[in-house]
Amino acid sequence: MRQTRAIELGTGLFVLFGFAALLFMVNAITSERFGIQGAGYQLSAEFDNIGGLKVGAPVSMAGVTIGRVARIEFNPKDFRALVHLRIDPQYNSIPNDSDAAIFTQGLLGSQYIGMTAGGSETPYKDNDPIELTQSALVLENLISKFLVNFAEGKSKPAEESSK
Amino acid sequence: MNAFLGDLWYSARESLATLGRVFLFFLQLIAFTPRALLRFRLVVHQIFNAGALSLVIIMTCGLFVGMVLGLLGYDLLSRVGSEEILGAGAALALTKQLGPVVTALLFAGRAGTALASELGLMRATDQLSAMQMMAVDPVRRVVVPRFLGGVIAMPCLTAIFISIGVFGVQLVGVGQVGIDSGSFWSQMRSAVELDDIGEGLLKGAVFGVACSLIAVYEGYNSVPTAEGVGRATTRTVVISSVVTLILNFILTAIML
Repeated sequence: MRQTRAIELGTGLFVLFGFAALLFMVNAITSERFGIQGAGYQLSAEFDNIGGLKVGAPVSMAGVTIGRVARIEFNPKDFRALVHLRIDPQYNSIPNDSDAAIFTQGLLGSQYIGMTAGGSETPYKDNDPIELTQSALVLENLISKFLVNFAEGKSKPAEESSK
Repeated sequence: MNAFLGDLWYSARESLATLGRVFLFFLQLIAFTPRALLRFRLVVHQIFNAGALSLVIIMTCGLFVGMVLGLLGYDLLSRVGSEEILGAGAALALTKQLGPVVTALLFAGRAGTALASELGLMRATDQLSAMQMMAVDPVRRVVVPRFLGGVIAMPCLTAIFISIGVFGVQLVGVGQVGIDSGSFWSQMRSAVELDDIGEGLLKGAVFGVACSLIAVYEGYNSVPTAEGVGRATTRTVVISSVVTLILNFILTAIML
């Protein structure tokens, strides 16, 4: 009887360990959080090009994460990307002419939305649109622009020397 | 030539029949499962045997697999100057592939062999026949609880292996080679999603069913001699390992 009790205790401990490990994984390894989702208010912003922005990417202001990207849609009317942002409820005094831009963390890192405060007196409210936006820098566009400039710059002295 | 073709035909037919027998055995186990869950004490005993007793080996191996991942990953990533994504890469590798697969291989070696040799010895010493004499169905009384114990223990062991593995990566990455702990964890968090963990645990559960099934089948149907028990144990490890790796490929291809 005593041995059975020890075995039951050991099994209980083992299963507890398993659940603790599961909880650790969900909480520490993923960006998922229990209970917090759904709190806060939503803003929407339209971008010409969101690059590699993903749902769950941070929204930061002055480097502090104040919210996350909740949903990304495609607006079929003006062919732009419609991004819904969920801002944490304690940041309720953001001026309603603040702008949003898409930046990249590090050289090859993931993309996030950076907001810069405006000068308006009234704060953003739920479901407000962000008017001023700046798209993601797509590396290929940048390179091709640079190459075109570079080629133009080079061809001029070549023409001169041929004369 | 004709004899060779005959042999080939015979062995093909025989392997097909074995597959059928295993599947029927599996259906039998499933059919008895609800009633075995009512006598949960027997199952608890087997969870202890398959799970709690495998904890030490799972945790040690998880720690060292994680630490090796940390070292190798750091060595590779520091060449391209992006050491911070070590956490993300190692955590993804652990949750999706290494965790379930290595756990299943260790599980087959630690718990599968114990199951197979125990059942094989029961068969060799006529304990199973004695049960049948007393109108106790040995499948229901002995095999099903062992099978269920393995099936329940495997996802738990997988979760523990992955967690300890991530801790091992952290130990080497942050503690030894000095990656910034903030970027280590935040990169990991932004890369790993809940689906990845679900995939890892689902794989763990599938491997648990496969390994337990193979172990109890081999043990229950072993030749009732000393040699037969040994052969059943060997076959359990070999078949479980091969089946685990094949299933892993199939599951990865499906869920990619």
